[in-house]
Amino acid sequence: MEMVNLTINGVKVQAPKNATILEAAKSAGIHIPTLCYHPDLKPEGACRLCVVEATGARGLVASCCYPVAEGMVVQTNTAQVRKARRLVVELLLASHPKGCLSCRKSGDCELQRIAADLDVRNHRFDWGERKTYTLDDSNPCLVRDQEKCILCGRCIRMCRDVQGMNVYSFARRGFHAMVAAAFEQDLSKVACSFCGQCSAVCPTAAIMEKDDTERVWDAIHDPDKIVVCQVAPSVRVALGEEVGLAPGSIVTGKMVAGLKAMGFDKVFDTNFSADLTIMEEGHEFVDRLQHGGVLPMVTSCSPGWVNMCELKYPDLLPHLSTAKSPQGMFGAVIKTYWAEKANVNPAKIVSVSVMPCIAKKAECVRPQLRDSGFQDVDIVITTRELGKMLREDGIDFTRLPDAEFDSPLGYGSGAGAIFGTTGGVMEAALRTVADVVTGQDIQQVDYKAVRGFEETKEATLNIAGKEIRIAVCNTLGSAMKMMDRVRAGTANYHFIEVMACPGGCIGGGGQPIPTSKAIKKKRMEAIYSIDSNSKIRKSHENPEIKILYDTWMGKPLGEKAHRLLHTHYSPQNR
Amino acid sequence: MMQDTRIRADVLVCGGTACSASGSQEVMKRLREEIAKKGLSEEINVVKTGCHGFCENGPLVIVYPEGTFYVRVKPEDVPEIVEEHLYKGRVVERLLYHEPTTGKSIPTYKEIDFYKKQKRVVLSKCGAINPEKIEEYIALGGYEALGKVLTTMTPEQVIEEVKKSGLRGRGGAGFPTGMKWQFAHGAKGDKKYIICNADEGDPGAFMDRSVLEGDPHAVLEGMAIGAYAIGADEAYMYVRAEYPLAIKRLEIAIDQAEKMGLLGNNIFGSGFNLKIHIKKGAGAFVCGEETALMASIEGRRGMPRPRPPFPANSGLWGKPTNINNVETWANVPQIILKGADWFRSMGTEKSTGTKVFALTGKINHTGLAEVPMGITMREIIFDIGGGIPNGKKFKAVQIGGPSGGCLPESMLDTPVDYDSLTKVGAMMGSGGLVVMDETTCMVDVAKFFLNFTQSESCGKCTPCREGTKRMLEILNRITSGQGTETDLVVLEDLAKTIKVSALCGLGQTAPNPVLSTLKYFRDEYEAHIKEKRCPAGACEKLAQYFITEDCKGCGLCARNCPVHAITGEPKKRHVIDQTMCIKCGTCMQNCPFKAITKK
Amino acid sequence: MKTVADLKALREKLQAEMQVRSDSGTKVVVGMGTCGIAAGAREVMAALLDEIAKRKLQDVHVEQTGCIGMCEKEVLVDVIRPGEDRITYGKVKPSDAAKIIGDHVVNGKIVQELVVGRIERQKK
Repeated sequence: MEMVNLTINGVKVQAPKNATILEAAKSAGIHIPTLCYHPDLKPEGACRLCVVEATGARGLVASCCYPVAEGMVVQTNTAQVRKARRLVVELLLASHPKGCLSCRKSGDCELQRIAADLDVRNHRFDWGERKTYTLDDSNPCLVRDQEKCILCGRCIRMCRDVQGMNVYSFARRGFHAMVAAAFEQDLSKVACSFCGQCSAVCPTAAIMEKDDTERVWDAIHDPDKIVVCQVAPSVRVALGEEVGLAPGSIVTGKMVAGLKAMGFDKVFDTNFSADLTIMEEGHEFVDRLQHGGVLPMVTSCSPGWVNMCELKYPDLLPHLSTAKSPQGMFGAVIKTYWAEKANVNPAKIVSVSVMPCIAKKAECVRPQLRDSGFQDVDIVITTRELGKMLREDGIDFTRLPDAEFDSPLGYGSGAGAIFGTTGGVMEAALRTVADVVTGQDIQQVDYKAVRGFEETKEATLNIAGKEIRIAVCNTLGSAMKMMDRVRAGTANYHFIEVMACPGGCIGGGGQPIPTSKAIKKKRMEAIYSIDSNSKIRKSHENPEIKILYDTWMGKPLGEKAHRLLHTHYSPQNR
Repeated sequence: MMQDTRIRADVLVCGGTACSASGSQEVMKRLREEIAKKGLSEEINVVKTGCHGFCENGPLVIVYPEGTFYVRVKPEDVPEIVEEHLYKGRVVERLLYHEPTTGKSIPTYKEIDFYKKQKRVVLSKCGAINPEKIEEYIALGGYEALGKVLTTMTPEQVIEEVKKSGLRGRGGAGFPTGMKWQFAHGAKGDKKYIICNADEGDPGAFMDRSVLEGDPHAVLEGMAIGAYAIGADEAYMYVRAEYPLAIKRLEIAIDQAEKMGLLGNNIFGSGFNLKIHIKKGAGAFVCGEETALMASIEGRRGMPRPRPPFPANSGLWGKPTNINNVETWANVPQIILKGADWFRSMGTEKSTGTKVFALTGKINHTGLAEVPMGITMREIIFDIGGGIPNGKKFKAVQIGGPSGGCLPESMLDTPVDYDSLTKVGAMMGSGGLVVMDETTCMVDVAKFFLNFTQSESCGKCTPCREGTKRMLEILNRITSGQGTETDLVVLEDLAKTIKVSALCGLGQTAPNPVLSTLKYFRDEYEAHIKEKRCPAGACEKLAQYFITEDCKGCGLCARNCPVHAITGEPKKRHVIDQTMCIKCGTCMQNCPFKAITKK
Repeated sequence: MKTVADLKALREKLQAEMQVRSDSGTKVVVGMGTCGIAAGAREVMAALLDEIAKRKLQDVHVEQTGCIGMCEKEVLVDVIRPGEDRITYGKVKPSDAAKIIGDHVVNGKIVQELVVGRIERQKK
């Protein structure tokens, strides 16, 4: 890498030739405030908060996108720079609702933090016009409060450049410029997958997950209800961030303890139903492979991806595995199998799931997912919402003693654990498929080719003398490219895993903010360490799974399994 | 088909947008009919041309060979022109142009003051040829520059010649054209693009439209020369969709040039190819900014992006791209044909050649004027533009559109060149000149331009989107009598900070109208704030109505006042309570004795 | 169009059409007042135009003018060659057109027998 020498605030700095001033400053320990900048997105230089003085430039330049040059002299703290930055914040505050106290983002809001950092407490435009918009809470997943939008454009870039969905764009001009979906319609009316990545990058409360915590509290406080919850694999490696722990902290035991302390009657593990998913999906794949079913088969645990497929590739729905997602399977099993075992009235069960995911909120209300005779999962909250509830409940998380998941439905194998990262579902499936096809207990369970952040990974494996071609996609953008190839007949794979969010569930739309690639890497490492430290690393070896099939469910793909654990898809038209 | 030389006269009718709007199509139709009736069709041609620039006096009709210049010709004047002039050779005196000062009639246009001080290079063919016939362009030497370039010059030599000419971008900032070409020439890339920026968006500016309508081939030829110089084989002409005539003429021109092999593949057997596309813009002002323009061509919302990378390295679809505006391109063929030295002989050392200005506002001759650079603003406004109408006094001239500034009387002797104008707080811009007289309120003018830039802001960067909004609100407060001295401080603060911190050129220059009026007309701002008075009497909300001694006490005003602010006994002079008055003006309209005045 | 030479050739051909709009060259002015027309000015003009066309003259304009007050001398025709005096011919008939064009306009030889006046060119 060719390096250049520059001076920032009198400090000599070396930086790669293609670095921005912001990156060079960061490497030298000089902090420049930013708003529209996000480390995972292409810089736009729009908010003008990160402006600096640089030789060779006219006026001030946005350090987030201005390249360094040999001999450049940069000043990040002159009177002019300070004045410009403060004015940017002042102008944003002048168009922003003042009700920080009542705002859900209060405390996590980047605008609030920067205003405090720059000591901008007031603005000089009290008489000025404010923008007024109606709140969009038309869907089960996301709430858009445009009055809090500062037009940083992160949501647009995420949705367009990473997810390829292009739901948002700028509309109108001047003061009334806004971020809008097509024809300024509500999100429920447009082709949105509800992946919620927009909410994960929004610096303010302009886009947030729909808050379902109050419904959970109501259920917990209702003596007539039996409130049970399941917790997704990737929540335990991210929840720590909500309570101030370092990214990558594994907090499984404390998380279970916290949920019980909050008043949940039972706390179960979605890793268990991830194993269940592998049982069904793995056998479905073997069946398709051996009996000329539709190939490539594509995983269906990511509801953002399923939505996208139903919206944009309705013709490819037969490729989706009919196996429900782990959340969906769990919901069906709790209100049938577990209710029977525990001898409780399923009508009294409130089934809550804690997910890294925004789209799960929409998944749980799908009409297809009522196979227990009730809505299988009643309420979905995200990692962020759980963090909020723990804080609200005054739980000193770090001092909680570790607790165990309830049983049955409380044990997950290493294969179930890695469902939380891109490549994990594929790897888990391969572990089972290999054993099923060969009839052996294969010791080599690490499929490294499917691991990592690359948006599209592919590999060719030899299982029992048969060549199996697989691909793994994360981000909807890469899924779209893959589906275009499937549609064109040029995707010569047997099995494809798709996760809607960048990095998979560890980067889910409902995970703690901030999320960045560096943070996601820590979460991913944590997930793989859970797997490698597990005694049982194959789904079909999970003793609770065996009991379920042996005593109640019958065989994978059997009659009962078909009724409770499989689903169907239908095109969405919006 | 060749016509024989029995044609003894050409009657040129201006078919520009302004003249068409005032009825030139009908005039042309009548001319053809009347000429046919007289049996003169064989010997007289009627030619539809582009704009002559003297738009205020349209429709214009010029009869050659005499060069007789008829103004404001109506269809009903046509029989007289045909009978008297074309048939009997007698000039129709009453339709000639009359100098407003002397009342003298002027038979040919070269003798009109409006044209006398002009130096028409870019506009030389506008109004002299039929823009829909490539033959007329060729007859005047058209496409010879392209031929010369393709057969005798290397791209480097072309760039050298343009650099030597000193030509600078006519669209705004005045960047040296040859240097821009060199950057694009030097950029690595197997695919390069040329773009013509014809997204003329300044209020009151119509130079580019007139050139495209009147001499489209000059622009196309310039683009072809530029494409050869930088190594492009594809070009885009980005025209606002509101210019349907310009688009039509361009379509015709491209089609004709392609049919003749002057555009397309292997031009003049040189192996050089060029395909020119027309892209219609939806008229957003910001699309005149080159990065926003390219986004728009690519099918995205027209929003600027930070530079670098510059278009020369990463432009349209990420390929090296060179963008110049219409007037810049139109200069190129003549520079090649007549040489850099010829071009340098016009204008000043650092601002060579000519510049076309659109004269509008409180000026006798609105229209287009092309002048050598370095001429003073006074010469343009008074000698060419004929000064201020209705005996009013000159107050200010706004130059450079929404990005420019307002210059007062004391700055009128400023030479019109890039650097001098920037020095005094204005800018060349694309060449809009709005003249204002003593009845214009300068705060109101600043408000007008800011209202324009605010509502045209793309909304991307905070200073422009939010900052100009607050500036506009302050100006509204000042002009409605609510301004405070703090407002003035905040206004200036906003203006200066936006100038250095906005993302693109439009945002950075948006405060200029405010900064320049604050610089030269601060007293007017202060009068609005401290005395709640508009010195020009233009701000309605600051007006005060008074009842004079002429009041007969009829009581009509009091009866009609919607807020009952007028009192008085019958047959005695009435009084307006200024604290109650809402300045609606109803009393003044109703007074039968003209006894109510507005101050 | 294949070469620059093609372009130049086309240009030369086309220039003739545009010549009427150029202000250089020789002017032939025909008196076209009522008196002139009555005396056959239109026929004279037609003959002059024919002659110019026949000789493929490029740089000659035929203009009209109204009555100049010498009605009994109609048809009046003026020839103004660049840099030379303005020569006025009187009682011109269509049959004189060839001589006026051939001798005077082309060769600069004034047709003395038809001359009724001469106005000296303005000296600077």
